[in-house]
Amino acid sequence: MSYARAASLGLANMWVAFAAFAVAALLGLYQVVERIDLIPELKSPELYFGSVSTHGVLMGFVLTTFFIVGYGYYTATTSLKQEIWNRPVAWFGFWLSLVGVLLAAVPLLTGNASVLYTFYPPLMAHPAFYIGAALLVVGSWFWCLEMVMMYTIWKKAHRGEAVPLAMFGTTANAILWFCTSLGVALEVVFQLIPWSLGIIDTVDVGLARTLFSWTLHAIVYFWLFPAYIALYTLVPKAAGGRVFSDQMGRFAFIMLLVFAIPIAFHHLYMDPFQAAGWKFLHMTGTFMVAVPTLITGFTVIASLEVAGRLRGGKGLFGWIGALPWNNPLVLAAILSMLMLTFGGFGGMINASYSMNTMVHNTQWVTGHFHLIFAGTSVIMYFAIAYYLWPKMTGKALYSTRLANAQLWLWFVGMLILTLPWHQLGVAGQPRRISSTPYDESFVQSWLTSEMLMIVGGAILFTSALIMVYVLLKTHGVGQPADNLEVEYAESLHATARMPRLLNSFGFWVMLVVVYMLASYGYPIAQFFILETYGALPWSI
Amino acid sequence: MRDPFRAICDDDLERRWIWISLIMAFVMGGLLGLYAVASNIHPPSNVETIDSTRLHLTEEFAEDNLGVKENTDGSMTVTMVAARYGFYPPVIEVPVNTPVKFRVASADVLHGFHVPFTNAATMVVPGYISEVNTAFPREGEYSFLCNEYCGLGHDSMWSRLVVVPKSAGTTAANSARGNNS
Repeated sequence: MSYARAASLGLANMWVAFAAFAVAALLGLYQVVERIDLIPELKSPELYFGSVSTHGVLMGFVLTTFFIVGYGYYTATTSLKQEIWNRPVAWFGFWLSLVGVLLAAVPLLTGNASVLYTFYPPLMAHPAFYIGAALLVVGSWFWCLEMVMMYTIWKKAHRGEAVPLAMFGTTANAILWFCTSLGVALEVVFQLIPWSLGIIDTVDVGLARTLFSWTLHAIVYFWLFPAYIALYTLVPKAAGGRVFSDQMGRFAFIMLLVFAIPIAFHHLYMDPFQAAGWKFLHMTGTFMVAVPTLITGFTVIASLEVAGRLRGGKGLFGWIGALPWNNPLVLAAILSMLMLTFGGFGGMINASYSMNTMVHNTQWVTGHFHLIFAGTSVIMYFAIAYYLWPKMTGKALYSTRLANAQLWLWFVGMLILTLPWHQLGVAGQPRRISSTPYDESFVQSWLTSEMLMIVGGAILFTSALIMVYVLLKTHGVGQPADNLEVEYAESLHATARMPRLLNSFGFWVMLVVVYMLASYGYPIAQFFILETYGALPWSI
Repeated sequence: MRDPFRAICDDDLERRWIWISLIMAFVMGGLLGLYAVASNIHPPSNVETIDSTRLHLTEEFAEDNLGVKENTDGSMTVTMVAARYGFYPPVIEVPVNTPVKFRVASADVLHGFHVPFTNAATMVVPGYISEVNTAFPREGEYSFLCNEYCGLGHDSMWSRLVVVPKSAGTTAANSARGNNS
């Protein structure tokens, strides 16, 4: 089959992703040890903040973007059974993004871009950092184009048919990513790059933060999307059942697309320069974006229950034990949804217009997003990789037992890391500190949690090494795989006719534009109406 | 009435769950809205610009004018500057159970302003003036911690807040900086 050639694109992208992940995991372990002044020789703010910046960029931008792009190409070709629309364009995007990463790596690793992955002007990094980040994003836009083109070509050739759910979700994510990355692209291209090159003297920090928020929330849905796609389309099949409802999957994907972007002022609740009314408007949308996640929880658990009962599980909970827990996809799905549940509770607090005040910028927030991102999303990336590596390389997974052990370690390590992390936040510890030169009463109340976090970090680092080892071994010495087909789950409820709105994006994209104009139009325009004062650059 | 979700969903249980999800979202958003309106609880918004490079030339944020001032209605206004790596003035005393308005400006980069275990918190953004309205119900020593990365010395950016009995009141507070006659 010619479309299997997307394997090289998939593998190239995903290997970059997991190489970045391995480096970033090591930095994570260093950070959790350094922070509590346990080993005085390790103490170095230069190293610590350089490390945090690199860890954030590698995990948040490199692992995610490359993984999602690779998974997207492979999903598109296998679910549509269709060739890549334009291979040179796809490879050009890959190389552009990779050049961007390497360009940004130089100032990051030499301590000239320790401004964290959120940029934080008026702290100024070396221009190569901003240019590299921009190239990474622009490279990923070629992937967005490919996905939309492949979706469009398929629909033309299959009039009246429903686009396969996996591709519907992938296209939704491509559109979401393009729309949401515009915010940070505007900030970097019109503010940070000219400013770091000395073409303009100052940046308006209020405008920069507003533009960054445009990207900052929906980017987490960009990261979460592949996990949801796998939960809907791979996991039910792997568990031996069917997806409970194909249409609900589409509905959830569309809701994510519409509600993920125009609601991001919950990241600016504590900023002075946006009026409270705008924050309130964005808060209502933030609660709406919880709905597709609740729907996903229902559909995926129902699908698993169908599978468990087909496998002979009886009684109210008997089906849970009947599930194939030794299948990495099924195991990861269960662990992922447990972490999503814990993380979801915390997220409600962060989303709250008033309660957020108590936890804003404390370690609570870092604990929260590690649980949701590194837990919920990334554990599914692992399982997807374990599932796809044999398909893409033609070699059987090196060891399913090792893979399952790795997933359990990731889950246990993540809970040991993030639950105390939340406690630290409630106990007042600010985020992004490299040492604790505060009142003794604070430091004493933080000690137990800090110690636990080191244990969690060590477990996670071990798990990360096992993950990369299993992929390397599979790719290198694996036996020939027996099944190269990617098997997508069928729907339990047969769909007689797919409603047009659940099979197309035109209307929904227009809705996003209108919603964005309503929720971001004046908040951005005000910076051009008010008399504002830009900020001069500061070194770290 | 026909369930509008029938068009996209055939399963009764699932439609019921969509409604439950939507109702949960509305109830949570609605409760927060109700509290915001009824108890006047809002995050610290204040759309007011200032030239952060010239704070010393402004009336309000000139060094001599920083600190605690008592307003005619008995409430307090505290004017502070956040700059790498400290809050100025470095010690603030306010009376317990008294409305306090903090007005904070940054002299350089982004900072955070947070008194743990209270709701006194805001971002401090160069080019803008932050305002926080609160009252402290318990006496004692507190810390202002900078909770936004502001450079390599970020960890050491913190200062002292003392909440004193009402009678000790404003004289002690004003003497922190000496010249708020």
